[in-house]
Amino acid sequence: MTDKPDISPIRTAVRKNLGARYRAELRFRAAGLGAVAAAVGILIILLSSIVSGGLPAFTAHELALTVDLEREAVDPMGDGSEESLRRGSYSRILQTAMRAEFPEVQARRDLRNLFSLYTALNATRLMDDVLDDPTLIGTQHDFTMPLADDLDLYLKGQLVDDRTLAANGSLTLTEEDGDVVVRSSATDFRDMAADVTRTLRARATVLEVEADALEQRANGLSGTEAEDMLYNAQTNRRQAGEIRATLDAGAGPIELDGSLPSIIVEADDRAVLLTSLARDGATATGRYLLGSGRLEAAEAWALYVIDTPAERRRVSDQLIVWTRALEARGAIRSVFNTYLFANADSREPELAGVKGALYGSILTMIITIMISVPIGVFTALYLEEYAPKNRFTALIEVNINNLAAVPSIVFGLLGLAVFINAFGLPRSAPLVGGLVLSLMTLPTVIIATRAALQAVPQSIRQAALAVGASRTQTVFHHVLPLAAPGILTGAIIGLAQALGETAPLLMIGMVAFIADAPTLGLEGFTQPATVMPVQVFLWSDGAERAFQARTGAAILVLLALMIGFNALAIYLRRRFERRW
Amino acid sequence: MTDTPLNPTPDLPIKVTARKVTVSYSGKQALHDVSIDIPDRSVTAFIGPSGCGKSTFLRCLNRMNDTIDGAVVGGSLTIDGQEINDKTIDPVVLRASVGMVFQKPNPFPKSIYDNVAYGPRIHGLALTRPELDEIVENALRKAGLWDEVSDRLNHPGTGLSGGQQQRLVIARAIAVNPEVILMDEPCSALDPIATARIEELIDELRENYCIIIVTHSMQQAARVSQHTAFFHMGHLVEYGPTEDIFTNPRDKRTQDYITGRFG
Repeated sequence: MTDKPDISPIRTAVRKNLGARYRAELRFRAAGLGAVAAAVGILIILLSSIVSGGLPAFTAHELALTVDLEREAVDPMGDGSEESLRRGSYSRILQTAMRAEFPEVQARRDLRNLFSLYTALNATRLMDDVLDDPTLIGTQHDFTMPLADDLDLYLKGQLVDDRTLAANGSLTLTEEDGDVVVRSSATDFRDMAADVTRTLRARATVLEVEADALEQRANGLSGTEAEDMLYNAQTNRRQAGEIRATLDAGAGPIELDGSLPSIIVEADDRAVLLTSLARDGATATGRYLLGSGRLEAAEAWALYVIDTPAERRRVSDQLIVWTRALEARGAIRSVFNTYLFANADSREPELAGVKGALYGSILTMIITIMISVPIGVFTALYLEEYAPKNRFTALIEVNINNLAAVPSIVFGLLGLAVFINAFGLPRSAPLVGGLVLSLMTLPTVIIATRAALQAVPQSIRQAALAVGASRTQTVFHHVLPLAAPGILTGAIIGLAQALGETAPLLMIGMVAFIADAPTLGLEGFTQPATVMPVQVFLWSDGAERAFQARTGAAILVLLALMIGFNALAIYLRRRFERRW
Repeated sequence: MTDTPLNPTPDLPIKVTARKVTVSYSGKQALHDVSIDIPDRSVTAFIGPSGCGKSTFLRCLNRMNDTIDGAVVGGSLTIDGQEINDKTIDPVVLRASVGMVFQKPNPFPKSIYDNVAYGPRIHGLALTRPELDEIVENALRKAGLWDEVSDRLNHPGTGLSGGQQQRLVIARAIAVNPEVILMDEPCSALDPIATARIEELIDELRENYCIIIVTHSMQQAARVSQHTAFFHMGHLVEYGPTEDIFTNPRDKRTQDYITGRFG
C-alpha cells in the first residue's frame, strides 16, 4: 500500500491533503499543551509568590518578661473582686519589667522609646491572664508578648540592609566631653571611612549634575521660574562644594548623620553609635546607645553596620540596639505565630489574627449550606422531575438562569433592603451574610442539580416506574443518588464562590474592622463578624508593613479552607459513588 | 381490520382486551383504533416496521405513556375485565401487576440482589429477610440466572454481560409476580447466543404468564409466539395465530412485510 502507485482516485485524493491534516492535528496538540503549560506556570508563580509573601507571618518574635504581679498594683481595692482586678495598673507592671532589663534608661523620652518595643494593648492581655487565674497575684509571672511589628520585621531581615564586620584590633572606649572616643589598635574603621567618603563624593556629583541640568533649562526661560531654577542650582553647588571641601581638607573627622549608614560598635554589653570617623581609620567618636563607662583593650567586638540610613527607615538605631541586646540575652525568641490564629483583627499588626474572620466564614457558610443546598436541590428536583413543561415553567427557568448572572453586589443591596431593613435582622451578622450568599449561590446549585438530574439516564426512571415505583420513590431511590455526585460538585462550586465573596457583604456591614471573634455557637450567628476574603482585603490595605505578610498568610488560610472544603466534597462524592 | 377476528383462538381465556385504543403525542396521532384480545398463558408477538405503533400500544398496557408529556390515550383497555385506561386506576398498582422489559437492559446500578429485591421491597411483599431471600432466589431461578450469579449476589448488576443483564431485569420484573409481562424488543441489543437463551426463557415463562413481545425479528416472532399481530402506520393490520400470519397472510401489507418487500 505504501510505495505502489495508487490505483483508486480516493487514495490519491486522501494522500494529497494527508500531510496538512496531520500538521493541523500537531498544531492543535501543541497549542493545547502550551495552554496547559501556561496555566500551570502562572499557577506556580501565583502560589509561590503568595507562599513566600505569607510564610514569614506564620512565625513571630516574642518578648518574654518576668513581671512582678504585686498585690497592690494588681488589686488596688484589695478585695480580689473582678472590678478591682480590672483597675490594676498592668501597663505600669510591664513598664517596670522593661526598665529592669535596661536600668540605665532614665530620660522620659528614652523611656517612651523603650516602651514602644511592645504595644500597650499587651497590658489588657496581662489583665486577662490575671482574671483567668487570680492565683497569679503576688507572684513572679512569666509573660510573653509579641514584639512590635517593625522590630519583628527587622529581626526577620525585611526592614533594613545590615551587615556585621569583624574587627582585628583591640578596642578601648573612653568618655571625653560627653562623647565616647573609640580607639582600635588596628585600622578597623578604614573601610567604613572609605565607604562613607565614596557615598559623599557621589552625592556631591549628583548635586552638581542636577545643578547643570537646572541651569541649562533656565537658559531658555525668563522670569521668576528661571530665577527659582538658578537659585536651586546655586544651592546645589554650594552644598556640593561644602561636601567636597570637608572631604578634601585632609585632616578633621568625617561627620556621620542620619543620611549615612549607621555604624554601631558592639562590645561587651555596650553599643556605641559612631557620630564621626577620624582619618586615621583607627579612631572614632560616638555615643552610648547601650551600657556606659570605660572599656580597656577588649578583644571581642564587632562593627554592626546598618546600610539603610536612619532617616529612611521606621526604626531608630536605639530600638534596634535594644532589640539586639534582648535577643542576645535570650528574652526574644522566634516562635510559631499563635496570635495569628488566637486573635481577631487588631489595629496592631503583631496582635492581629484571622480567628474572627475564620469563625465568621464558618458561621456564614453554615447558613449558606443550610439554606441554599436544600432549597436549590429541591427546586431543581421539582422543576426537572415533577413540573409540567409549559410557558410558566420555561419563564421560571429563564429567570433562574439569569439570576446566576446578576452581579453579586446586587444581592447585597437586596439583603440590606429585605433582611436588615424589612426583617430587622442585625447588621454585620453571619446570619444575614449567609442569607445573602445563599441567594447568590441558589442559581448555581439549581442549574448544577438540574444538569446532574438530566444526566441520569431515562432508562433508570423507566425501570423503576415499570416495577411499580411511584414518582417520588423513583426520584429518591434511584435518580437522586445517581445525581448526587454531580449535585455535590455543583453545590461545592457555588459554595466556594460564596466563600471567596466580599462584594455582597459590603452592603450588610460585614466589610468592617471587627475586633472580637464571634462565638462558634447559636449566638454567634447574630454577633458582628467578618469573613476571610474581607480580612484579606482589609489587611492588604493596612498601612503597617507587617500587614503585607499577614495578607499573604490570610490568603494561605483561605486557600487551606477552600482545599479542605474541596477535599470534603471529593470524599463525599467517592462515598456516594461507592454505594453504587 | 374488520376481516380479522379479535380473538383468533376462542378456546383460550382472554387476559387483555383493547377496544378502539388511540394514542396521540402532542396532537399527532400515533395509534388508530386498535382493538385486540390477547390470550393468557401464551406469547403474543407485535411485529411491524419502525414507527408503526407497536411499542406505543405496548406502553398503553402499563400506562407508561402517562410519563410522556403530551401523550393522550383514548379508548378502552382491560386486564381481566378491569378497565385500566382510567384516571381513577392508580398506575402504581397497575405497573406492579404488569411487568416490563426494555430494549436495552437497564438494571439499577445496585447489587444483583437489590435489583431483584427492589420491587418486593417497595411493595412490601416480604416481611422478613429470609422471605425476601426466597423471592429473590425464585425469581433468579425462573429467569435462569441463579446458577450463574448465586455466588455473587452482592456484585453490581451492571457488571454482568448484556444477556445476563437482560435476564436480570426479567427476574426483577417477575419478582413481584405480575400477571402480564411486556417485552419491548428484548433481544435487539444481544448476540445470537444470548438471544437464544432469552427466547428459551420466554418459552418457559409462557406457562405462568401472559407475555406480549414487540420484535423486529420475524424469525423470533415465529419461534417464540403463538399469536402475532402486524402493525402498520398506527393501524393493527392483521392478527392471528402465528402460523397463519406467516404462512397464509390475508392482508397484502402483511405479506409484503413478512416477505421482506418493505420494512
